[in-house]
Amino acid sequence: MRHTLRNIAASLLLGSTLATSAIAADITLLNVSYDPTRELYQEYNAAFAKHWKAKTGDTVTVKQSHGGSGKQARAVIDGLEADVVTLALAYDVGALHEKGKLIPADWQKRLKHNASPYTSTIVFLVRKGNPKGIKDWNDLTKPGVEVVTPNPKTSGGARWNYLAAWGYALKQPGGSDATAKEFVRKLFANVKVLDSGARGSLTTFTERGIGDVLISWENEAYLAVKELGPEKFDLVTPSVSILAEPPVSVVDRVVDKRGTRAVATAYLEYLYSPEGQDLAGKHYYRPIDPTVAAKYSIQYAKVSLFNIDDVFGGWNKAQKEHFSDGGTFDQITVK
Amino acid sequence: MLPGFNLTLGYTLFYLSVIVLIPLSAVFIKTTELGLAEFWAVVTAPRVVATYKLTFGASLLAAAINALFGLMLAWSLVRYSFPGKKLVDALIDLPFALPTAVAGIALTALYAKNGWLGQWIEGEFGIKVAFGPLGVLVALIFIGLPFVVRTVQPILEDLDTELEEAAASLGARRWQTFRYVTLPILLPALLTGFALAFARAVGEYGSVIFIAGNIPMVSEITPLIIITKLEQYDYAGATAIAVVMLVLSFILLLTINGLQAWTNKVTGRDR
Repeated sequence: MRHTLRNIAASLLLGSTLATSAIAADITLLNVSYDPTRELYQEYNAAFAKHWKAKTGDTVTVKQSHGGSGKQARAVIDGLEADVVTLALAYDVGALHEKGKLIPADWQKRLKHNASPYTSTIVFLVRKGNPKGIKDWNDLTKPGVEVVTPNPKTSGGARWNYLAAWGYALKQPGGSDATAKEFVRKLFANVKVLDSGARGSLTTFTERGIGDVLISWENEAYLAVKELGPEKFDLVTPSVSILAEPPVSVVDRVVDKRGTRAVATAYLEYLYSPEGQDLAGKHYYRPIDPTVAAKYSIQYAKVSLFNIDDVFGGWNKAQKEHFSDGGTFDQITVK
Repeated sequence: MLPGFNLTLGYTLFYLSVIVLIPLSAVFIKTTELGLAEFWAVVTAPRVVATYKLTFGASLLAAAINALFGLMLAWSLVRYSFPGKKLVDALIDLPFALPTAVAGIALTALYAKNGWLGQWIEGEFGIKVAFGPLGVLVALIFIGLPFVVRTVQPILEDLDTELEEAAASLGARRWQTFRYVTLPILLPALLTGFALAFARAVGEYGSVIFIAGNIPMVSEITPLIIITKLEQYDYAGATAIAVVMLVLSFILLLTINGLQAWTNKVTGRDR
C-alpha cells in the first residue's frame, strides 16, 4: 500500500515537472518603474504580450511595480528581482551599477537615445483662468505666489523641476551660478508643501486646494487636466525647460539568473517600435521617433528644451552639486 | 532559585535577542562606517537638529494631551453608562487598526484649508493646522489615544468605589478624593500609557508626512530625514540618525519607567 502511494506520488511529481517544462514558454517579467508611468505600462504590457505571442508563440505576463524613482532603485539594489527597470532619471538607474553592480557601467549605450525611448519635460499646472497670471519661471518667485513641488531629496521628478528652474535662471541675461542659486532660493521660499513624491504633490495641489501653481511632469500635468477636469486646471508651458529623459535598462544580474534576457531585451526594444512610440505619445510622453512625434506634436506647446549633460555636466555631477548633503538645495533651505 | 528559572531566562534572552537586539545592533554596526567626526556632523546638522525638536517636542506634548483626555475618556467609559457605550469603547481602538497613511490622508483632508474643519479653523481664526507643525501634533494625538485609555481603563475598573466612599465619609471633598485617593492608584498606569503613546509618536512616519507639509527647518520630522537619507543611498547617515533617535528614546523611556517605580514606592505598592 505504502509502496503504491509512493509510486503515485513519484509519478505525480514527475508529471508536474514534465508539465512545467512543456509549458515553459509561460514567462513572467517584472518591470520596476516610477509613479506616473502606471497607465502607460498597463497598456504597453498588453501590446507587448500580443506582439511576443505572435512572434514566438510564448505567453508573457509583465508585472508592474510603481513608486518614487529613488525608492524603486533602492528596492532593486536590496534584492527586488526586477527583470527591467524603467525609472525617472539616469542617476537612479546608474545607482544599480554604482551601488549594486547589477548592470554594467555602459548600460546607457545599450539602447538608442541614451536608453530613453521617450522624453518629457517640466511644466506648470495652475488653477483655471490662471488667476495669478503665471507664464514663466520668474513668476514663481514673486511674493504671494504659492508653489507646490515634491522634495528633490526624495523625488526624481522634483530634481528635474529644480534643475529646470536653475537652468532657466542661468539662461537669463547675466545669469551665473550665483544668480541661479538666488533664483531657486526665492522660488523655494514660496513653496508651502514639500511632498515626498510627484503623486503626493499632485494630490496636495488638486485635492487639498493648496498653492497657485504645481511644478509637474508634462505627462502628469496632461493626465491631471484630462482626468480631473479641464474646467478646473490650466496647463502653462514655460519659455525654457529641461529635456527629461527617463531611461530604461535590463537588470543583467536578474535576467541571467532567471534566463529571461532575450524576452526582457525585446520588451525594452519594442518601446522603440512604432507601436511602442505611439503608446508613449498617447500617454503624453514625447516620442523620440520623429514621425510618431509629429502625430502628437499638436498637443505640446513650443518650449525651448535644454539638456542635462550640456548645462549640468550629467546626472552624477548634478546630483553631487545640488542634491547631496551640503549641496545647493541644502544651502538654500537652511539659511 | 525557582524551578524553571534557567529555562525562562534563556527563553527571554533568546527571544529578545532575535526580535529586538539583533536588528537594533545592525543599526549600530552600519553606523560605524562613519568616523566619529562624520557621525557628529551628520547628527548635529541644523536641519536634523530642528527635526529632533519637532519630533520629540510634539511627541511629548501629544502624549501629555492624550494622558489628560485619555484619562477622562477612560473615566467616563468605566464610571458611567450611556447609550452607545459599547460602540464608543470599540471606536477607541480604531487608530490601532487603521493604516497610518489612511489616517494621515483623512486628517489632512479634514484640516486642509478647503476641508470640513480646516475651512473654519484656518478661515475664521487664521490658525493653520494642516501643512504645519500643528498638523504633526494632531496626527500624533490621533495615533496615541488608545494607549492611554487602554492602560488606565482596567485599573479604573478594578478600583473599588468603596475607597472613594470612605474618603467622602471622612469628610474629603471630591477634588481631595481624586487627588489623594484615586490619582495615586491610577498614576502608574497613566505613566505607562503616556510612555507608550510617546514611544509610538516618536516613531510615527506614515500619518505625519501627509499632514506636515515637510518644510525643512519648520515641519520635518526625524523619520523623514532618515527616509531622505536612504533615498540618497546614504545608509550610514540614515542609521546614524536612527541611533540618535534610539538613544534619546531609550533615555526618555527609562526616565518614565524610573518615575513609575518611584510612584509605586511613594504610594506604597512596592511592599
